[in-house]
Amino acid sequence: MTATAITLEAGATPVEHHEAAVHHEEHDRAGMNRLGLLLFMASETMLFLAMAAARFYLAGTTKGEVNIGLGLVMTAILLVSSWLAYGAVRAISHGNRRGFVLRIALAILMGLLFLSGVAIEWTTAPFSVSEPYGTAFYAMTGLHVFHMLQGLLGLVLLLWLGIRGHFGPGDHWGATATVRYWTFVDVMWLVIVFPVLYLL
Amino acid sequence: MTSAAGAQPAPRPSVLSGFLPIIKGLVLATIGFVIGASIVAAIRVSTGAEPWDVEQCVTGGFILAVPGWLFGVGMWKTWGREWVGLPTRHVATDWRRYLTFCEDHKVIGLQYLAAFVLLLLVAGAGAMLMRLQLMSPNNTLLTADQYNRTMSFHGIAMVAVAVAAILGSFGNYMVPIMIGAKDMAFPRLNALTFWLIPVVIVSLLATQLLGGWDSGWTAYAPLSVRNAAGQVLFNLAIIVFGLTSILGGLNFIVTIIFMRAPGMTWGRLPIFVWSVFAASWIALFFTQFFAASLTMVLMDRLVGTSFFQTGGAPLLYEHMFWFYSHPAVYIFVLPGFGIALEVLAHMSRKPLFAYRWAVAAFIGIVGLSGIVWAHHMFVSGMPNALLGPFLVTTELISIPTGLIFLSALGTIWMGKLWLQTSMLFALGFVFNFLIGGVTGIFLADVPTDVSLHDTYFVVAHFHYTIIGGTIFGLFAGFYYWWPKMTGRMLSETLGKIHFWIMFIFFNLTFLPMFYVGMNGMNRRIFIYREDLAPYNMFISVCAFILGSSFLFFIVNVLRSLLWKKTKRAPANPWHARTLEWLISSPPPVENFATTPIVVGSPYGYGTGGRPHAVMGIAGAADEEAGA
Repeated sequence: MTATAITLEAGATPVEHHEAAVHHEEHDRAGMNRLGLLLFMASETMLFLAMAAARFYLAGTTKGEVNIGLGLVMTAILLVSSWLAYGAVRAISHGNRRGFVLRIALAILMGLLFLSGVAIEWTTAPFSVSEPYGTAFYAMTGLHVFHMLQGLLGLVLLLWLGIRGHFGPGDHWGATATVRYWTFVDVMWLVIVFPVLYLL
Repeated sequence: MTSAAGAQPAPRPSVLSGFLPIIKGLVLATIGFVIGASIVAAIRVSTGAEPWDVEQCVTGGFILAVPGWLFGVGMWKTWGREWVGLPTRHVATDWRRYLTFCEDHKVIGLQYLAAFVLLLLVAGAGAMLMRLQLMSPNNTLLTADQYNRTMSFHGIAMVAVAVAAILGSFGNYMVPIMIGAKDMAFPRLNALTFWLIPVVIVSLLATQLLGGWDSGWTAYAPLSVRNAAGQVLFNLAIIVFGLTSILGGLNFIVTIIFMRAPGMTWGRLPIFVWSVFAASWIALFFTQFFAASLTMVLMDRLVGTSFFQTGGAPLLYEHMFWFYSHPAVYIFVLPGFGIALEVLAHMSRKPLFAYRWAVAAFIGIVGLSGIVWAHHMFVSGMPNALLGPFLVTTELISIPTGLIFLSALGTIWMGKLWLQTSMLFALGFVFNFLIGGVTGIFLADVPTDVSLHDTYFVVAHFHYTIIGGTIFGLFAGFYYWWPKMTGRMLSETLGKIHFWIMFIFFNLTFLPMFYVGMNGMNRRIFIYREDLAPYNMFISVCAFILGSSFLFFIVNVLRSLLWKKTKRAPANPWHARTLEWLISSPPPVENFATTPIVVGSPYGYGTGGRPHAVMGIAGAADEEAGA
């Protein structure tokens, strides 16, 4: 592809050398992928912000009796999950396929642990779904769980592809993107859902 | 570039094989629906409830029917297989590609165009039905409920047309060509956005089986929490529509940032591309708020939360809704502005006046669009302290729109106007939008809005901006680009008859609506005061003639496609300068045999300067094909 760019620039010289030189015929595929994913995350962030705004509009800063200890444990689990998933990408970029599969499997396990935490919270919470704080609580955690399930589906596919030896050191954008999305969902919990529902 | 022309002709594929992807999609969607509904029923039984609940089961079914449909129409074959490590397969390259998950941006553009022109006609028929009801003050043609359901369907279907007709068709088809690219940045994502559209349209029609919905396109709570089950399907359909809008916007942004040809600097970008770029940012960031408000309504109905019921805050819905839906009108109209400016410049044979100011205006509109939403809510009972600020921000919007308007006027000033049909529509746009814009001031001002709110004045204003703006822009683009997209000319005579009937009777339909609105005729009503009868009779008759103008359009399109003697389009019938006119009509696969190099402004008419672009050197493309 470098050859193409050079050929093009050489060919373009009589017309506009300086203009052709600042662009490349081959598009920056990696950059496009990164920006596309980033924009999608930015858009999704708006959804979480909308729910957070609704929480304050409905319930002000009042808070129900949430299990803060459980919330902290769940947050820690998510952080470990993201750390493992990032480790998996690092492993595959060094060609360590076993390490990749192992870490993805553990990240999935952490995700499932988190979901059981949500299930415990939902069944033991002392407030009802129809009161203002309860509405915000169940809606926000539910929305987050919905995104977790999408992320988990992605991680399961990564596990499957990893076991089949699909990814290599120079060819793992699919894994990187999925892990970034997984981390994004974790960040939404860490930065929006958890503070807004538990910490205020 | 290698050509497939030398290969021996394959046997003619049967018609049935062309429809196979759609049949597969329908079957898998049905299976998905049954599985999803059954899962919900099983969960209900496990909690001790009756197994069947229409709203919950339809929601569960819908969630699995959508991937079933997508995989069936070809997404599995071309994309999904990759997710599980299988090699992907290609779809057909003949006419059958129009009926399957095809990644070519030109195919997707035509798919969008066909789908949304059809939807425009169907939703227009809904408007005709409403005008039939309103011909006399106490008409018994429709019941109140039937009228509300018709009005609601007309509203949301036309909003869908306004959001996606220009962006989906001309955006997808023309933006990559105008920037000198071979395709969009994410072709498969692009195909995905189109194949969600049939889901939306079919779901909106299917709502009528569940009792329809009578809450208008705005779907205000708490009515939308309490009405017939059709509302649930409406909410699901519009959330999916929002997803296509977001993904489409994302795709345009990345394409325009990364895939411009050498020399295509931001200052040389055709104005239509700029307008798509601006509208895409609005779609990307604001659509989620509509999705959020619809999701809240769904949660209230399905799982018993109380966003808008007892203890909740119905006003929250209006804030959330308008936080998207006001910016959304700029998604409607910015691409319309883009087309109008584009056509005005090329057909006036003059450089686009104040190009940089027009671009700045687009960006200004994107920026301001997020801080004006509550002007829809002056009489909603929100705090009085908000009235003044929103009055001011709303009127600020007239600065960038005024700049665009001046750019249009300056472009045609002293120009050598070539009054082809596309130019007539662009000029019609300028005229209509002036009325639409000026009447908007009365709705932005609190004292006048308090009287005019929820009357036909609002209906007239809105239709002046959206029909007069977006739909006139759509047709300007249609008559301008159809020869490029199909390789066939349209009849100028039929086109001009279409324009003049549409233009005159559009104005005769909607101008009197300002008057009946000021005289107290409320919108969204199926019977009205008797003294308004003559005006409404006049409006209805004009509306029918307006509707009939589309017959000339339909005949024109069919004639162009089916009549053997239709004139074939040359590469550049309008002698325009932008990149799409440098290649054949219709363009070849991958658009450019060699990468074009942009060397000048797209609008340098009469300046004796450089051309917009020259074709690159042949060797570069050949080498790339081998790479």
